[in-house]
Amino acid sequence: MAIRKDKVDVVLIGFGWTGAILGQELTEAGLHVLALERGAMRDTPDAAAYPKVLDELAYSVRGKLFQDLSRETVTVRHSLAETAVPYRQHGSFLLGDGVGGAGFHWNGMHYRNLPEELEMRSHYEERYGKGFIPEDMTIQDHGVTYAELEPHYAMFEDVCGTSGKAGNIDGRIVPGGNPLEGPRSGEYPLPPLQKTYSQDLFEKAALEVGYHPFPAPASNASGPYTNPYGVRLGPCNFCGYCENYGCYMYSKASPQTTIMPVLLRKKNFELRPHSYVVKINLDASGKRATGVTYIDAQGREVEQPADMVMVTAFQTHNVRLLLLSGIGKPYDPATGEGVVGKNFTYQMNGSVRVMLPKGTELNPFAGTGAGLVAFDDLNGDQFDHGPLGFVGGAVVRHGFTGGRPIKQAAPSPGAPAWGSGWKAGMIDAYQRSMSIGISGSVMAYRDAYLSLDPTYKDAHGLPLLRITFDWHDNEFAMLDYVGRQVEKVAQAMKPEQYVMGIRKKGSHWDTRLYQSTHLNGGAIMGTNPSESVVNRYLQSWDVHNVFVMGASAFPQNMGYNPTGLVGALAYWSAKAIREQYLKQPGPLVQA
Amino acid sequence: MTEDARPRRRFLQALALVPASTLAGGTAAHGAQAAMDPDAAGETYEPKYFTEEEWAFVNAAVDHLIPADEHGPGALAACVPEFIDRQMQDAYGHGKLWYMQGPFHPEVDATYGHQLSLVPRDIYRHGIASCNTWCRQQHGKVFAELDGGVREQVLKDLESGKIELDAVPAKTFFSFLLNNTKEGFLSDPQYGGNRGMVGWKMIGFPGARGDFADWSGQYNVKYPYGPVSISGEKG
Repeated sequence: MAIRKDKVDVVLIGFGWTGAILGQELTEAGLHVLALERGAMRDTPDAAAYPKVLDELAYSVRGKLFQDLSRETVTVRHSLAETAVPYRQHGSFLLGDGVGGAGFHWNGMHYRNLPEELEMRSHYEERYGKGFIPEDMTIQDHGVTYAELEPHYAMFEDVCGTSGKAGNIDGRIVPGGNPLEGPRSGEYPLPPLQKTYSQDLFEKAALEVGYHPFPAPASNASGPYTNPYGVRLGPCNFCGYCENYGCYMYSKASPQTTIMPVLLRKKNFELRPHSYVVKINLDASGKRATGVTYIDAQGREVEQPADMVMVTAFQTHNVRLLLLSGIGKPYDPATGEGVVGKNFTYQMNGSVRVMLPKGTELNPFAGTGAGLVAFDDLNGDQFDHGPLGFVGGAVVRHGFTGGRPIKQAAPSPGAPAWGSGWKAGMIDAYQRSMSIGISGSVMAYRDAYLSLDPTYKDAHGLPLLRITFDWHDNEFAMLDYVGRQVEKVAQAMKPEQYVMGIRKKGSHWDTRLYQSTHLNGGAIMGTNPSESVVNRYLQSWDVHNVFVMGASAFPQNMGYNPTGLVGALAYWSAKAIREQYLKQPGPLVQA
Repeated sequence: MTEDARPRRRFLQALALVPASTLAGGTAAHGAQAAMDPDAAGETYEPKYFTEEEWAFVNAAVDHLIPADEHGPGALAACVPEFIDRQMQDAYGHGKLWYMQGPFHPEVDATYGHQLSLVPRDIYRHGIASCNTWCRQQHGKVFAELDGGVREQVLKDLESGKIELDAVPAKTFFSFLLNNTKEGFLSDPQYGGNRGMVGWKMIGFPGARGDFADWSGQYNVKYPYGPVSISGEKG
């Protein structure tokens, strides 16, 4: 028989960014909040101590902070007709684990959406006509606008001490920032990070071609900072070990460096690591959650009653847990009916590798996680898609996040993979090779979705989540177009040579090579229950005391990194819970 | 010298006995010199996983993958074989970092990644045995005893899949060998490889310095300091 714990007001499933934000906000409202984290306790002094953390093999190659795939992974297939196989090793994406989740080992790339990206279907239909969006492209509006989210984007930036330069304050264009961004209510909490040599070269080339480069917003502190919770961050020292690592300088925003020091001291908050939630329990009506069941560190089954359940794990886990718990109707790609698992999306990336003249000293090891130079001229709907015929775009940017030799150094183009030629190529390229990155959007499609795998199980015997996904022509067209424009920027850098890294139409999603951990959708937000899992406040349409946070709510993916929107949505949802739901528990939007 | 040190000593002797004429290709000659450098700390390392025959194979192979040459020391001087042997004893070598539940479908498209039921320890054991069998059949000697030029060609044929091995796909075996060799050449010396931080010095990577605040704004200026390791070793 299961162990039964005392009831709490709120249980959080997973303790990364959204768990920390909800924990902080709901304890402020006086609620007793319990966070259940399946992984271990993790904090800066033990998991990111200098100099031990500066270990590329342990962290970037073997994945010390990543999810233990031997216990649980996902399965992958390109199409409905195929049998999925397990994602046996970390490759295309790097799932997080433990307290802080992927928020402990991210880069700190902290963007807001371009306003049109939150109203994709309405915006494109209005500008280009209803026939512009292909029939199998199931994109939709988020149900919340940029203007509504603005204060919450701002709050999350303030919490993170984001370094950047505003380009549009209340509709007024501000020199030095991104003139194409949505209106901001104010400046960034901190000024931009130091611009490095290679960024300066990229910026000049982008200007020459006619684009609008700006210092990309980075949750890597450019100076000392105290956030609204009273937690202090220190200046980033360009150590070059950011993504895949915890930050020993307390510069990169993470739950550990921005919220936990305050939250963990609260009497009405408890964090229980090694608690692997296997199910959200429902009452007899199926319309109300009674709590959750989890497996503790000893392997015992524990029942945890709660008045409210916040699903705050990573996107894949959120969707899997809804499917395992029978909350919402599973999506069926054959009929297009059902919603849970629908609209799985990813990120379509490319690059142009630029070889500068011999003798150039770029010092790639002096890097930050997110302090890049970027431009938005080819992102969102900032250019006329009419004659181009595709939907979406990409943010283009450059910066070194480090010069780590195993994963971040490559020999000169054309050099052999081994032998003396490899050595010569490595020596030749290390200081003069740089890459212009293209981070592109991915639209949602009828045949790209998430479901439970019929064969493979996790360490507890529960079905793994199955990803059915492959690239679509729209994304190949987008990348091809953006790539051809970025080629002009590369040429303007007057390099010795450059190499286009643009995926060709017809190629398949390669799960071996790292591309992005930006997995989205499956528990999408929207304006009605026939097309979405959660409403505009991230509240389940079916079970009103269940809220589902994170990138699982994105109906499609943007060119930008997701964390800024993930944080803003969590604050937006928390506000609705505090100001509306607690007064009158029930659906916040009538179906 | 202890009993256990013999396999490596024998390997070194084997290299020393290779007739000079077969070393004309250059790389093997440099590699042999590097291997016999008394300063190479790996001299005293006893393999814990690899057998004598496997150890000879690994030593001979990595010497081609990253040879000592005009660009500096190679994989043998960096003690890459020690690194690989130690990795075989780690969770990585046992495949404990991977999802290894069946059913296995190695026939699926390569884009789905590793789908073999084999873990790195198996891949090396089966790969080396199969490759040595192939070398004996084709050339009458195991890989480590072949002339440098022949070994180079065998590695190329493993890489391209031209050689077919029974127990493990040749390309898979080669990719583990190459990736682990590079890891051993370029990772922190605490794992046994990159001895003397030779891999980092080769490209000018400063290692675990972990602070470049003063350098982020210096444009096109050569960084003047050598590497440091996590343990504080300076190069």
